[in-house]
Amino acid sequence: MAHATLPQDVPAVSEPSLFGTYSKKIGMWLFLLSDSLTFGALLYAYSYGRISTPNWPTPFHSQSIVNATVMTAFLLTSSLTMVLAVRAAVQGDAKARRLWLLATMACGMGFVILHGREWSKLIAEGLTLPIFPKMAGQESDGEFVNVSKTVPQFAATFFGLTGMHMLHVTLGVIYLGIIALRRNFIPILLVFWLAAWLGTPVYSPFHYAAHILLVVAVVCSIILWLKPKVYDAADVEVAGLYWHFVDLVWMFIFPLVYLMSAKIL
Amino acid sequence: MDPVQLAIEGRVAEQHRHHGKSQFFWVWGALLVMTAIEVYLTYQNLQPVRMLTILMGLSLVKAALIIGYFMHMKYEVSRMKWLTMCSLVACLALMMIFFPDAVRIISLGVK
Repeated sequence: MAHATLPQDVPAVSEPSLFGTYSKKIGMWLFLLSDSLTFGALLYAYSYGRISTPNWPTPFHSQSIVNATVMTAFLLTSSLTMVLAVRAAVQGDAKARRLWLLATMACGMGFVILHGREWSKLIAEGLTLPIFPKMAGQESDGEFVNVSKTVPQFAATFFGLTGMHMLHVTLGVIYLGIIALRRNFIPILLVFWLAAWLGTPVYSPFHYAAHILLVVAVVCSIILWLKPKVYDAADVEVAGLYWHFVDLVWMFIFPLVYLMSAKIL
Repeated sequence: MDPVQLAIEGRVAEQHRHHGKSQFFWVWGALLVMTAIEVYLTYQNLQPVRMLTILMGLSLVKAALIIGYFMHMKYEVSRMKWLTMCSLVACLALMMIFFPDAVRIISLGVK
């Protein structure tokens, strides 16, 4: 019987990457493709409701449109600072990389704060979901009390779509914080959690949603404790892909949800 | 880390070094201008179908700029470009199957 022997001193031969790039980046692209279907489904649900409902509300006054436009500018600017962070990371400029990442986070936080303000205004005017906590005086007056009763699919699709996007932006800010500051970001994240929890009234949905920050802080602490590492340029680029995707999705939400439902007098 | 992965990361980083800063500022400016056009059109009270067509057209151009330049897809190998974009467009196009049903509800007069 013949024996096949393999030489021991031959270096391992690997095939070149099928897609011409590294695995982490391909993994992120695959995640983004699947996530785009999630947002696609939500956008189609919103559009379906819009087409099939003749009395679809147009609740966004000029003030809301200006607010949403500033939010859009924040996200577009954050994409610019993100590519500059990737560029600095590739050039090995650690200080510039951190500064651009922090600038991106600041723009993202600006977006979330403005979006939260917009939500609070709409909720105070009566546009709400059954799962939201009841607010004193909300039932009797408010511009959109009837909208929530007669066209409930508007509130459901609006809060579902924009809430999912806000969650993505928030997680993106945390992701960039971990890349920029690593373990040092965990105490900052806990401060954000306390500020969001204690700084919002008990009837606000954000009062309870703030606990997402605590859960994420615990998860990130475990990951950083189990696998501490220095994030390189590839990690920054992969984080950038996620961030640009969040920006990209907003480019469809902004016109479809806000501009197409504007009430300009 | 796997040396092959490290070599690929190095090559990708080398591609990034050749991109000028000005290109990113041009793309950012174009995105802001298109957003301003969208908002301007909102104040013109156009017909909804016409408005939707223009807005979606502008959104697709903005998406292409973000994917191509900011997400670096323009510089990926063609296999990566075609596989990711074709699968995404095909899946999203398949979801349009629900829209005729939405129109049917209106014609049926369902309240």
